[in-house]
Amino acid sequence: MSKKTYRQAVNEAILQEMRRDSSVILIGEDVAGGAGGGGEDDAWGGPMAVTKGLLGEFGANRVIDTPISEAGYMGMAIGAAASGQRPVADLMFNDFVGVCFDQVVNQAAKYRYMYGGQDKIPLTIRTMIGAGLSISAQHSQCLYPVFSYFAGLKVVVPSGPYDAKGLLASAIRDDDPVIFCEHKLLYEMVEEVPDEPYLIPFGEANFVREGGDVTIVALSRMVHIALEAAKILAKEGIECDIIDPRTTTPLDVETILESVEETGRLVIVDEAGPRCGMASDIASVVAEEGFSSLEAPIIKVTPPHVPIPAAPNLESLYIPNAGRVVAAARKVMAKAQG
Amino acid sequence: MEQSSEGLLTAYRKMRMIRDFEDRMHIEFANGGVPGFVHLYAGQEASAVGVCANLAEGDVLLNTHRAHGPAIARGADIFAVAKEIYCRDGGLCRGRGGSAHLHDVASGLWGANSGVGSGVALGCGAALAARNAGAGSIAVALAGDGAANQGVVSEAMNMASIWKLPLVIMFENNGYAEATGADYATAGKDIYKRAAAFDMPGTVVDGHDYFAVYDAVNEAVRRARAGEGPSLIEAKQRRYYGHFEGDAQTYRPKGEVEEYRKNKDCLKRFRRKVIAENLLREVQLDAIDQEIRKLIDEVYAQAKAAPFPDDGELMDYIYASNS
Repeated sequence: MSKKTYRQAVNEAILQEMRRDSSVILIGEDVAGGAGGGGEDDAWGGPMAVTKGLLGEFGANRVIDTPISEAGYMGMAIGAAASGQRPVADLMFNDFVGVCFDQVVNQAAKYRYMYGGQDKIPLTIRTMIGAGLSISAQHSQCLYPVFSYFAGLKVVVPSGPYDAKGLLASAIRDDDPVIFCEHKLLYEMVEEVPDEPYLIPFGEANFVREGGDVTIVALSRMVHIALEAAKILAKEGIECDIIDPRTTTPLDVETILESVEETGRLVIVDEAGPRCGMASDIASVVAEEGFSSLEAPIIKVTPPHVPIPAAPNLESLYIPNAGRVVAAARKVMAKAQG
Repeated sequence: MEQSSEGLLTAYRKMRMIRDFEDRMHIEFANGGVPGFVHLYAGQEASAVGVCANLAEGDVLLNTHRAHGPAIARGADIFAVAKEIYCRDGGLCRGRGGSAHLHDVASGLWGANSGVGSGVALGCGAALAARNAGAGSIAVALAGDGAANQGVVSEAMNMASIWKLPLVIMFENNGYAEATGADYATAGKDIYKRAAAFDMPGTVVDGHDYFAVYDAVNEAVRRARAGEGPSLIEAKQRRYYGHFEGDAQTYRPKGEVEEYRKNKDCLKRFRRKVIAENLLREVQLDAIDQEIRKLIDEVYAQAKAAPFPDDGELMDYIYASNS
């Protein structure tokens, strides 16, 4: 056990899985980060240096820098997975799924079902999500609700280093296509993380905080926003349950319903948009299956329905903050009491 | 390239199987009872059969949505092929895929695919895995003239070339992407010339000439197995039916199909050549014709009698592991 950043946790999970299983290969733009450039072959290790150092140990046959061809290399990764390799395909920013959407949702997601269960597609797609770096609308989205729409994909949204390492090891060992969404603002977050490999199962939410008054479901970086809000609310005598689903497919509905049964109030904090997002998805599940427990309307705390702006002042208006979560919690408490 | 008489008999049998299977499907579809979209391969038999005659166990053929012919050519069980087209239990994909998604891992047939051109990218993955396995296996991706204009195909050709993957890319140019003419939609008109831009050999053959297809593919397969990298082949051909069944084909010039059937038909030309050159005897070919007629009757009778998949199986096969 030692303190590690989210970046180190991800790197270590890949490193350990590559050591454990020679069929694990990395494919993507700049995963080595210097192939053919004339300088160091692993100069980058990805634009955020997450895969730095892996080329040296595993070589260019297992750490493959690709051309800027998302559709091409994603298709290749799927073909390699169908052939028994265990590729970790790096879709640098999840926004780039726009150019390989067909491969992800029509090929990877449907391969096993449409062909009658003949194949396994043990593919992990690592990708960065999230706003906060002033890099505007094409590099900052949270598209995990889009991925979660498709049966056949599994979707992981780790909120910290410990979860990132254990969930990524599970993703790489999983026999289905998994989209692993790393929040780019979490890479510097530090936590105690075991040195040895460990697995965190999919579909098991993390009960981050127990309170009993309000249930807050939060995803990825929003877990930390929820924790900040919970501290403020505790001073007012409002104690929050905070649930981090950790995976959006499979989704641990049971844990959410159990908490709502006790609190009767639900606030969902999601950095994905307000329409057809995880917040609306979770709200619909609770409305259908937990309606009798609810003492107040469900409140979604999400960005507005707008592309993400670069200007820091506008971007910070876009991203949900603790103040908005506090206000939502106060409102559901008032409704419940009134 | 010399071929054994056994090989030639197999090639003729497969071409005849495909032709009779597709001609019969055309009638059955018109009579109702065949679900979904059905794209027939009749006319193009020499193309898939000429490819598959060069493939070995362990090689992968990536199929297109015009799937029946290549599936039969690759050796998938024709009864299971028919059942899949009828979406029945016992079909190759247990009725989940239908006509355009014939897939049979056991016979090295992958992904009849409705994502036009995706097979070339998936083929890069199969080729990468084959190269890593080191057993000399290769992948052949079929693609149509329409797929030639998909971005993913250019991406895949580039990757196959920079990594010298053991891949053969076979463009079956049948003149039409759905209803749009290949000459209209394809800059330069000749797809094979694009190979030069990706630094790989590109050849063009008459796709109705089994022997020409066989020889071109043979060289490309040899190169791939030897680690010399990918090749591109364009086989010019025409389909005898529409893009899908029910297509009135008003976009085609009058008499085109009749001309191809009369003067360029792959089965007629195969017959003429092997008899003239004493490679096979007419009586052997006639025997195959008879045998296939009977087989096709049985195939269709069985497919139509097979049950649909069980209602209780709707949610099967979504995931391989329940983690």
